Amino acid sequence: MSSPASRAGMSGRTTQDPAATAPPRRLLALLGSPPARLVLFALLALACAAAYYLINANGNINFVLTYRSQKVAAMVLVGIAVAISTVLFQTITANRILTPSIMGFDSLYALLQTVLVFVTSAFGVGTLSSAMNFGLSAVLMVISSTALFLWLFGGPRRSLYLMVLVGIIFGTLLRSLATLLQRIMEPNSFLTLQSRLFASFTNADPALLPIAAVLVVAVSLVIWLRSDELDVLALGRELATMLGVNYRRTVLIGLVGMAVLVSVSTALVGPITFFGLIVANLAYQLAGTHRHRYVLPVAALLSIITLVGAQAVLEHLFGMGTVLSVIIEFVGGIVFIVLLLRNGRQR
Amino acid sequence: MTTLLDLDRDRPAAASAAAGSATSTPTARRGAARDPRNSRRNLAIAVGGGLLVAGSVVSLLIGAGTLTWDLLWISRVPRTVAVLLAGAAMALAGLLMQMLVRNRFVEPSTVGTTESAGLGLLLANLLAPGLPLSGKMLVAVVTALLGTFLFLRILRAIPPRSSVIVVPLVGMMLSGIISAVATYIAYRTDLLQAMGIWMTGDFSGVMRGRFELLWVLALVGVICWFAADRFTVASLGESTATSLGLRYQAVLALGLGLVAITAAITVVVVGALPFLGLVVPNLVCSVLGDNLRRNLPVVAISGALLVLICDILARTINQPFEVPVGVVVGVVGAAIFLVMLLRRGQRG
Amino acid sequence: MIRVENATKAYGTSVVVDGVSLELPTGGVTSIVGPNGAGKSTLLSTVARLLPLDGGRISVAGLDVSTADTRELARVLAMLKQDNPLTVRLSVQDLVSFGRYPHSRGRLTETDRALVRTAISYLDLEGLEDRFLDELSGGQRQRAFVAMVLAQDTDYVLLDEPLNNLDMPHARSMMRRLRRTADELNKTVVIVIHDINFAAAYSDQIVAMKHGRVCRQGSPEEIMTSEALADIYDMDLQVHEIEGRRFAQYYF
Repeated sequence: MSSPASRAGMSGRTTQDPAATAPPRRLLALLGSPPARLVLFALLALACAAAYYLINANGNINFVLTYRSQKVAAMVLVGIAVAISTVLFQTITANRILTPSIMGFDSLYALLQTVLVFVTSAFGVGTLSSAMNFGLSAVLMVISSTALFLWLFGGPRRSLYLMVLVGIIFGTLLRSLATLLQRIMEPNSFLTLQSRLFASFTNADPALLPIAAVLVVAVSLVIWLRSDELDVLALGRELATMLGVNYRRTVLIGLVGMAVLVSVSTALVGPITFFGLIVANLAYQLAGTHRHRYVLPVAALLSIITLVGAQAVLEHLFGMGTVLSVIIEFVGGIVFIVLLLRNGRQR
Repeated sequence: MTTLLDLDRDRPAAASAAAGSATSTPTARRGAARDPRNSRRNLAIAVGGGLLVAGSVVSLLIGAGTLTWDLLWISRVPRTVAVLLAGAAMALAGLLMQMLVRNRFVEPSTVGTTESAGLGLLLANLLAPGLPLSGKMLVAVVTALLGTFLFLRILRAIPPRSSVIVVPLVGMMLSGIISAVATYIAYRTDLLQAMGIWMTGDFSGVMRGRFELLWVLALVGVICWFAADRFTVASLGESTATSLGLRYQAVLALGLGLVAITAAITVVVVGALPFLGLVVPNLVCSVLGDNLRRNLPVVAISGALLVLICDILARTINQPFEVPVGVVVGVVGAAIFLVMLLRRGQRG
Repeated sequence: MIRVENATKAYGTSVVVDGVSLELPTGGVTSIVGPNGAGKSTLLSTVARLLPLDGGRISVAGLDVSTADTRELARVLAMLKQDNPLTVRLSVQDLVSFGRYPHSRGRLTETDRALVRTAISYLDLEGLEDRFLDELSGGQRQRAFVAMVLAQDTDYVLLDEPLNNLDMPHARSMMRRLRRTADELNKTVVIVIHDINFAAAYSDQIVAMKHGRVCRQGSPEEIMTSEALADIYDMDLQVHEIEGRRFAQYYF
């Protein structure tokens, strides 16, 4: 077997590392190489966390710091989980508009939790502890979301737009089903459920934080270690197969990881439909490379910067701690429309 | 030559529709009775009408308490009438919107009309709490109109040859944004829970004196019937419709105005019935084809029937408590829509 | 050698590849021709394991494509489909570097980089390395993908309609490159192609398909006869000899 190199001879020019080949492009180039950007975003994330801790930290310092630590921890974990799961999902499906939450996966988690509460109360098992409930829901989530994904994406190839619409309708269906169950279940169980489902950044369940932290770190690490494979997967099923990626196995690993991360973020703060979309698309723009080795951490950091930074500004400067998710949905909806229109124009 | 003559002969009877939809002309010429679609339609009307009567009787008979004339007259009859009116009207509104926007996947709750009406209702309750129901309804109609025209405005930014799915997607995002605004306002003013109740379709509060506004919907249906041919021509698109002598913009405004009025009244009196306007016309049109005048009665009957069934279900599923019908319609509608979409994807 | 034994592939009830048996020798350029819907692209995709077979067996260089390790296959066989929509924004350099993935798993060595450079220069893409694919013309894009396939450095290269999107000058230079790839780099090149005259001028062997079956197989001289072509395409055409080469005239 002879290689093109040996036959056609080597050209004398030197080439850069592919990671650094993104050409200089206006202002973004000022951010430097991907590793430099990574450091920059990490510093920014730290600065945001510091700002959140320190602004207006008066009164009982101990209480304030403990309280804020819990909130920061929730935001950081949710930020990482949403960022990684979204990038992962978009890579698996080779698109940049669909996200797990747009496809209704977080509604699926909410429905599973409702079913769980419904069933346990119907059989008189009593209420499960929140950690127990979370663990069970997460396991069910991994199974059912993998099945759902294979059902939706495993069959004949459908257009991207169709899949988006299917996802949105699916989410609506799952939410309506959950509502229906909630209306039927007895009032006491509903109260337990309500506190779990209507979580927000301000009242994430502290009991879940340790297990959530372990899961997020472990899953993110496993995913990150497969970065090179994900780079190829993003080319789509056919090219990835051609390049020797075991498509089915890689997608399954990714799906399980995604399901766990979605469970964590939904359990902590409830569904946030468009946040992943914003963060992932920002990361593609700002990472300066297509390589997951950089895109994944950049997405996670941007996610933390956005959540913690915005919360610091909103809560401490404007005294409106609870509007963050509303603002995210609002901005995210507009980003989504723009993405859709731009995508349509390219055709 | 003969075709043209035939066309002329038809004109007095079928007015502009015959001239407008060239495809329907040959069938119209052969005589209405012999068109298999017409006989299918008549069958559908007969069966649907029969089911509707049966369902209405069931709806009148079930429920808590012993049946007395008073109960029947004050609560059960108004409720059943409201169900029929709202179901028929929302299905028609969906059909009308699909024709005018020329996209099968739009309906008031997927383009922001319903959400705008909800926002209007919220604002009316905030700014003028003393307003009578008809006044609040008027505000909701105005905001619903504004929302619909905002959607049309955005629609023009969609590249003409992009996928048909983009239109409902953009519409749904617009509804999402409008309802995010409404949610925020409601949250700040502690009306979130109340708003959740308004926006979920529910007939349990319907009784004599509190549903009469819905009769406006019947009026809308009548107007729809008389303007049906014009809407059919308009559904061929602006250039074709204009070249056929239709005042396109005026017809468009009339049609979408009717849609907005229907959506707003329904939201104010009973709350939202999501996806109803989407699944009913699509199911009917897939069997009978697209001709507004021919489909109008079938769509109206089917819409009423579907809501009636959902309402009976909502009343019995968790007796003695009621589940809001909007939730049941949401589950049923979303499930049917999903099946429609996935089927379509398989064919494409 | 590519060995296809009784390969069958159906979509639902319509059988697209219907019991095809075929042997393609190592080396040279083979063109698969035939009318639309004959099953050419489907056959090529099954050879490249992009579509699972419903029946039969296919082996490439002794490896059964449905059971062999996909990574091992990726070092033996490369295929390019006719359009490759990408959602990732990649530069030419990034894309061609992906060709080395089966060998380096993403960590490029000096040899990998040299091969990427060579593939880029082989396809005349020097100077465009840092351009993004969405900034290129259709022809340049097509060449970038072919460069990726060459960088993969496999003995077998399958291309589905490589002339798609190319104007006359680019189409000719693509065919010349493929010919050179087979001759200079000793690769086995298999292409699906519509232009029978291009196929005859540049291939060593032509396989004609019709209704999911192989209807003729032979050298360009054997296929380029009025009878054979009329049989393959169900249309009348004349074969003329100009300067010692045969051309099918089907324009009038």
